[in-house]
Amino acid sequence: MMKRVFLGLLVAVVVAGCSSVKLDDVPVEDKSASAVPAQPGGAPTTQSQVAPVAAENTTGTAQGPVNVARLIYFDYDSYIIKPEFQSLIEAHARFLKASKSRHVALEGHTDERGGSEYNLALGQRRAEAVRRALALLGVPDAQMEAVSFGKERPAVQGSGEEVWAKNRRVEIVYR
Amino acid sequence: MKTPAQWRRRQMVGLIGAAAALPAWAQFRVEVTGVGLTQLPIAIAPFRGEDTAPQKPAAIVQADLERSGQFRAIDPAGAALDETSRPDLTPWRQKGADSLASGSVTQLADGRWDVRFRLWDVVRGQDLGGQSYAVTTGDLRLAAHRIADFIYEKLTGEKGVFSTRIAYVTKQGSRYNLWVADADGENAQSALASNAPIISPAWSHSGTQIAYVSFESRKPVVYVHEVASGRRRLIANFRGSNSAPAWSPDDRTLAVTLSRDGGSQLYTISAQGGEPHRLTQSSGIDTEPTYAPDGQHIYFVSDRGGAPQIYRMPIGGGAPERVTFNGTYNISPALSPDGRWLAYISRISGAFKLQVMDLAGGTVNSITDTTADERPSFAPNSRLLVYATRQNGREALMTTTLDGKIKARLAGQGGDIREPAWGPFQR
Repeated sequence: MMKRVFLGLLVAVVVAGCSSVKLDDVPVEDKSASAVPAQPGGAPTTQSQVAPVAAENTTGTAQGPVNVARLIYFDYDSYIIKPEFQSLIEAHARFLKASKSRHVALEGHTDERGGSEYNLALGQRRAEAVRRALALLGVPDAQMEAVSFGKERPAVQGSGEEVWAKNRRVEIVYR
Repeated sequence: MKTPAQWRRRQMVGLIGAAAALPAWAQFRVEVTGVGLTQLPIAIAPFRGEDTAPQKPAAIVQADLERSGQFRAIDPAGAALDETSRPDLTPWRQKGADSLASGSVTQLADGRWDVRFRLWDVVRGQDLGGQSYAVTTGDLRLAAHRIADFIYEKLTGEKGVFSTRIAYVTKQGSRYNLWVADADGENAQSALASNAPIISPAWSHSGTQIAYVSFESRKPVVYVHEVASGRRRLIANFRGSNSAPAWSPDDRTLAVTLSRDGGSQLYTISAQGGEPHRLTQSSGIDTEPTYAPDGQHIYFVSDRGGAPQIYRMPIGGGAPERVTFNGTYNISPALSPDGRWLAYISRISGAFKLQVMDLAGGTVNSITDTTADERPSFAPNSRLLVYATRQNGREALMTTTLDGKIKARLAGQGGDIREPAWGPFQR
């Protein structure tokens, strides 16, 4: 008797999910049971089941200095801040030093060429170049975070040098 | 020997057939190139009872085998067989079939389906064995893929990957989805929907979890996501960027790229979360870590020499050794589970090309004719790769044999499709 129960359990374990059994074996079925529940939680389970999740987004940017641009553009494969952006960076530095409670995200971006992860690292390098420039002007590190979107958030869709030049950038985003 | 024209005609017929039977976008479609391919002729008889089942195993098995490029389907016209039949093999031999599969689908009292089949060697008149699977309606396709795996392994001697799953990301407007689909591209189910980008999905070796990078909190953050339940946990959300997750062979540790100490550097972190341990100390970029299957090395990308190249170092950190030497841009390393091959992306005259290196001999082959290849990922049997690319201005996922001769394409569903990751064998 015990032996038979044990054997039954063994077969049940083997049959669970989508494991195969030899053709001679009869699948264990619960003849008293009603239909298989469609939702997970009830046995038997569907091995291919994927539970969907919806992510909630963080959005919105707070106000920074008035009438000051928030975009710094870069040459291909470069993270050198060109002289023409120096006054823009100085304006943000003044604002941040005067408003110690304000925080800023420096969001690095690349053009579409190349791999996602390597571009993420290149965008990070651009964001950190801007962070260093602001730090040199006296902005405390605690007020800044350098992050990267790599090539995932182009400002302009499409291809070609004109488009790419607009996408190689750091955005200064106030939180 | 077939001429190219004959091949093309055959593909056209195949494409029209597939388009009529299935949603046009959902499936990997085969594009066979190269000559001298031998294809095993096989007949798959309709499974008895499949008319009443929501999935038809015979068609799924046949499509799987044909997509591998190693099989040619013989029309089973009018055959009424199941796994208990002892068929007269003479007519099958006359049709040119080397093998024949037959089976049945029966609904059980508890609502599940009992799927059974048997495989015959037509030439030798031999019973090659059979299996049965008791599955829920949601796993009927899985049962069919397992049958295709059984047949593939019996007839080619290699393990099949039809019952494995592929994760990938689509972008439609500003909507991003992380999908988990059968290896044929069908049965895609959304694991994560977001208004922010998702990149770098990586399957745990158990096949139950996916690590990925999500930008939903307006910066890159690493999650580990349990696929069946949808439960997910934050693994790396440090100051700066968090990216490029890779599972250790025992699934206990993740290697990641963090910029929390300035610069993009490699760290390891427990798969349960916790304090990261720094692996590299360079002034440049170190990223895209991946564990060698032997568990002894981590391959990664570094520009420490001035341009991105692939390096290898002991898992605990230590002196890196350069692996790629051709060109000035080599990224996205992927190692075959058998440890023999390294796939990566190389920039060659401005084009991004999938390369396969034989690690023992060091020889490298370029195996595509596209110019925007990205992110290769090996099938668990080490015989196929999936990668992202652009074709006719549209993003597509491709699978290819390691010699590049047999390719199949999965087109996006009216949007972009990218970031593929091939899952492990499922138990």
